[in-house]
Amino acid sequence: MKKLMLGNEAFARGLYEAGCRFASSYPGTPSTEITEALAKYDEVYAEWAPNEKVAVESALGASFAGARAFAAMKHVGLNVAADPLYTASYTGVNGGLVIAVADDPGMHSSQNEQDSRHHAIASKVPMLEPSDSQECKDFAMLAYELSEEYDTPVLVRTATRVAHSQSAVEQLPRSEKALKPYTKQPGKYVMVPANARGKHIVVEERTKKLIAYAETAAVNKVEDNGSDIGVITCGASYCYAKDALGDKVNYLKLGMTNPLPDKLFLDFAAKCKTVYIIEELDGVLEAHARALGIDCKGKEIFGCIGELNQVIIAEKLLGKVPEVTPYPEALPIRPPVMCAGCPHRGVFYTLAKHKITVSGDIGCYTLGAAKPLESIDWTVCMGSSVSCLHGFNKVLGKESQNKTVAVIGDSTFMHSGLNSLVNVAYNASNSTVIILDNSITGMTGHQQNPTTGYNIKGDPAGKIDLEALCRAMSFEHVRVVDPYDLKQCDEVLKEELAYEGPSVIISRRPCALLKYVKHKAPLKVNTDKCVGCKSCMRIGCPAVSIKNGKACVDTTLCVGCGVCSQMCKFDAFESTKKEA
Amino acid sequence: METKNIMIVGVGGQGTLVASKLLGHLLLSQGYDVKVSEVHGMSQRGGSVVTYVRYGDKVYSPVIDKGEADYIVSFEILEAARWLPYLKEGGTIVTNTQQIDPMPVITGAAQYPEGLAEKIKAAGVKIDAFDCLKLAEEAGTAKAVNIVLLGRLSHYFDLDDEAWMASLEANVPAKFLEMNKKAFLLGKNA
Repeated sequence: MKKLMLGNEAFARGLYEAGCRFASSYPGTPSTEITEALAKYDEVYAEWAPNEKVAVESALGASFAGARAFAAMKHVGLNVAADPLYTASYTGVNGGLVIAVADDPGMHSSQNEQDSRHHAIASKVPMLEPSDSQECKDFAMLAYELSEEYDTPVLVRTATRVAHSQSAVEQLPRSEKALKPYTKQPGKYVMVPANARGKHIVVEERTKKLIAYAETAAVNKVEDNGSDIGVITCGASYCYAKDALGDKVNYLKLGMTNPLPDKLFLDFAAKCKTVYIIEELDGVLEAHARALGIDCKGKEIFGCIGELNQVIIAEKLLGKVPEVTPYPEALPIRPPVMCAGCPHRGVFYTLAKHKITVSGDIGCYTLGAAKPLESIDWTVCMGSSVSCLHGFNKVLGKESQNKTVAVIGDSTFMHSGLNSLVNVAYNASNSTVIILDNSITGMTGHQQNPTTGYNIKGDPAGKIDLEALCRAMSFEHVRVVDPYDLKQCDEVLKEELAYEGPSVIISRRPCALLKYVKHKAPLKVNTDKCVGCKSCMRIGCPAVSIKNGKACVDTTLCVGCGVCSQMCKFDAFESTKKEA
Repeated sequence: METKNIMIVGVGGQGTLVASKLLGHLLLSQGYDVKVSEVHGMSQRGGSVVTYVRYGDKVYSPVIDKGEADYIVSFEILEAARWLPYLKEGGTIVTNTQQIDPMPVITGAAQYPEGLAEKIKAAGVKIDAFDCLKLAEEAGTAKAVNIVLLGRLSHYFDLDDEAWMASLEANVPAKFLEMNKKAFLLGKNA
């Protein structure tokens, strides 16, 4: 019986059925649910690593030990893991090693739109690319076969519409794989120059063998519909093309996008008068076709920005313009906002109030950049808030160091903010770093991390003590504040900015969406007391609005955090809890 | 059979994902090929959210673009207007009339538009608008807005209640099942 599964769940199912024993990942949209689903199978050891580099290295070690191993990450996570990836390409594997990388065309939840296929090419690692949930499962299994046969890690690339779409999947039982014995082989595993030189030759030979495989691989499919128009495509783009063009054209669907076959491309193109290359993001297939001398059209029609879909393809290739009923007026936008009761709000309000320059990071708190707080000055990548602030303060010195902070979440701090904080301590910049400790990895949907005291299965685990850690790094000023207490936030921020030396402020309060958090009763507004001054609107809480000139609380959203009432000079906010 | 398209739109946190999961389960059980597409992460935090449900003999693309939706099921009336261009000619909007202020309205930078349902109707679109929140609360929880809407949507499908109830049982926790069944019927008979 087929089951509707997310691409990510199906991917996990494939790993499970293929006998995967070890998984180490860092959460990142749209890859997160692979490892979450995998952790539900008791036969697989799964963990959240502090970052993607650690995850891939741990999985590589598990492979050396003879297990089928796995690591998952989003596209930008593979940048962090690029270091072990590029050399794991040289060492090869013992047990199969599969690495999932999820791209995010359209940037639904990402800071850039990079195309991970470039990493496969540069690291000389084969890459498979499924286009629906069944293929996620099948390709995850095939990836292990290829990994062990060709002695290489294998990348499997998905994208948002593959990872987060559900389609029907056939489930089979797990086939248990015995551990492959580990044997000491310095020439294979010790990548000192003398050994690595030899291994580079092996890698180049391997690529030739993989190209030969790609020429006839079942995952590189030709659909000959007797047309003189050919479409070369891969991943979700194949689905969009099939929807738009049906059986009116021929298809070359590449299930393996690195390395690419030559003869298969040439033979396919030889039968077509016109060749279109339909791929999201960069023109990787197109560059290969052009290098082979194939006259084709791709990026000149579709561009390299954002997602494709069937309507875009039908419009560009068939001239079909969709018939659309517009709404007759402009509508207010509905951007994502910090939740009611979000513990980050009090900190960002305090920073905005004092017009502090804020070095931002990656997480829910990036929403501190949105109206009305508009507190964040820049956001680049995981961990960068602390290091960017260090560089900024080193250059501007007294001009900036008492009016700037970095903000970083607990999980992001563990990911790579830690290294950046070492630099603040070691090279002594007078920087103030605020760790927004909400006791969870929030944006990706509540994953545990090294500061929460629980592992991926929800069992008790090691717990990093942030205060002790910062003190061990030589920070003399480590302060803890409750972000629901605006007065305390204000005082501590002013003191630490005035302090001549590096300092850490830990803003500690669990995410308001965590199930174990007990909330107070919602607040209501005493309209006799409210004068309609709108002071409470400055915190940008989605539960508070102005109705008929007075403040109004949406009691279905309010969690009684009381930040709005601290803004009110007229004591207009009251609890809805009835006095006993 | 040609592929049919249903869009489920609303505000992050309203339970659109549960509705699409239930609908996907239902359609698969009826022997259709089904694809359901969701977006997680940043946009979920109180923003405008959308999920796509497509079904037919063979479904390729998991997404729905402008002019393609047979049905738009909207959890909030402003969102129904926002996604109107995605409706196919002759398509139907089934919507909750509940208003949830977006941040520009909360901060006073914009006004919540007036007469949304009437203007959608005036544009020549079939719209089935009713107060789901009231019915959900009547069933026992404001969170059942999604099931009330599915109850209403069931009018447009040639399926008996048993199939819907089986999908409810498979997708909501047992302790909330009776409440959700009630919500479904309240929506259906609204």
